[in-house]
Amino acid sequence: MSDIYIDIKSKTYTTADSQQHTAIADLKLTLPENQFICLVGPSGCGKTTLLNIMANLDTQYEGEISSGQNHIKPSIAYIFQNPRLLPWRTVRENIELALDKPQPDIIDTLLETMQLTHIQHKYPEHLSLGMSRRIAIIRAFATNPDILLMDEPFVSLDTPTARQVRSLLINLWQIRPHTILFVTHNLREAIALADRLVFLSASPMTVVSEVEVSIPRKERNKEALIESFRQQLLDKHTIIKDLI
Amino acid sequence: MLLANKTISILSFLLLIAIWQGLAVYINDNTLPTPAIVIQVLGQEIKSGQLPHHLGITLLRLIISFSISMFLGCAIGILLGINKKIDAFFDNWLVIFLNIPALVTIILCYVWFGLTEFSAILAVVINKLPNVIVTIREGTKALDKDLLEMAYCYKFGRKKTFLHVIWPQLHPFVMAATRSGLALIWKIILVVELLGRSDGMGYQINLFFQLFDVASILAYTIAFIAVIQSIELLILKPLDKKALRWKR
Repeated sequence: MSDIYIDIKSKTYTTADSQQHTAIADLKLTLPENQFICLVGPSGCGKTTLLNIMANLDTQYEGEISSGQNHIKPSIAYIFQNPRLLPWRTVRENIELALDKPQPDIIDTLLETMQLTHIQHKYPEHLSLGMSRRIAIIRAFATNPDILLMDEPFVSLDTPTARQVRSLLINLWQIRPHTILFVTHNLREAIALADRLVFLSASPMTVVSEVEVSIPRKERNKEALIESFRQQLLDKHTIIKDLI
Repeated sequence: MLLANKTISILSFLLLIAIWQGLAVYINDNTLPTPAIVIQVLGQEIKSGQLPHHLGITLLRLIISFSISMFLGCAIGILLGINKKIDAFFDNWLVIFLNIPALVTIILCYVWFGLTEFSAILAVVINKLPNVIVTIREGTKALDKDLLEMAYCYKFGRKKTFLHVIWPQLHPFVMAATRSGLALIWKIILVVELLGRSDGMGYQINLFFQLFDVASILAYTIAFIAVIQSIELLILKPLDKKALRWKR
């Protein structure tokens, strides 16, 4: 694994009334190895489009996504907003299917870390949304990708569940470090999770500002610290106010 | 509740038999024998080996034509569901074939290819195939794009994607095509046999018609319904149960 470079010169699309619209313009980002980066931007600014480009689901753009010195395409794992588990396969089968070859030990460890060993033979329809999200996270980590893409994966969870899944995610990430690109429009969530925040503007989407989160990992569960960091950010970078 | 439903179903069946018995006694004629006589004839026909022989031949034709229709129908249906251009091209063909009366296809097949086993099977397949194609095409169009994207992102490859993502979603459509297929095919096969074969249920029923032997006609019908019901209960229902065990 190594650093990943995003360089999108432009991404345009044609609207229903035949108008050309630029979704992304001159977006350059370097994602250092094993860093947790949160993309923060207004709803509909094109964050999901960027993730789809990185996942090769969208190939109609000018630019390059590359990794390392040799500029090879990084391998990705995508954690979607909706968990997208196969309802007709058990939890364990869902994870196994994402792998090239059987790796029972790794799956066991991941299930244990995410506290899901007891439901591994159940079907996703029998589980809560919070559990399904955790399985989607395990599936992504199990593939051991160069980068994990996460598209607002905690968006419709209630606050306590979201907090629990966030802390399990960080726990897992600390045991098995990976580069993570996490999309959200929730600034508090971004501060609680990220090493670095990248603020994005809308139409066209481009990087407005990048901020390192200085709160030590151990203290990220303190709401007051998160809140005061958020306030400082908003005071210092007035432009951010308009973005969230 | 389950018991109550079962009781209702048994009661309704008994009522049907009672109506039949009542009518038969009231009419008191060879054209409508009583259930007891039909069962007696059924026993005789089974004993003589006639019914198993002809029923077996018809079932064999059913299995062959059904398998060909389902296999081809699934393949073509998936292709049309995936590829919009091919779908647009063949859509008119499908509409035409769906609307050709079964009798016309059967007669044309016999005229063009002779009174052979091949013609018989071909006629049944031509009748059934468009239905399977349409059902599977609609199923393919309704595939969950989110799951296909997930399979692509996690590099499932073609085989894994088909087996674990596409096929389970098509299952209800395949089952629907199977059920309607069985019901349709066996009716068509009887006509095919009646018009151009010298064995099978259709041939026998034609024979009984000429002899005005209603009891035998009903006996054969009951035997066939029993076989089709057994297929439903012993094969299709367990398949459904297995495939849908993940449902809440």
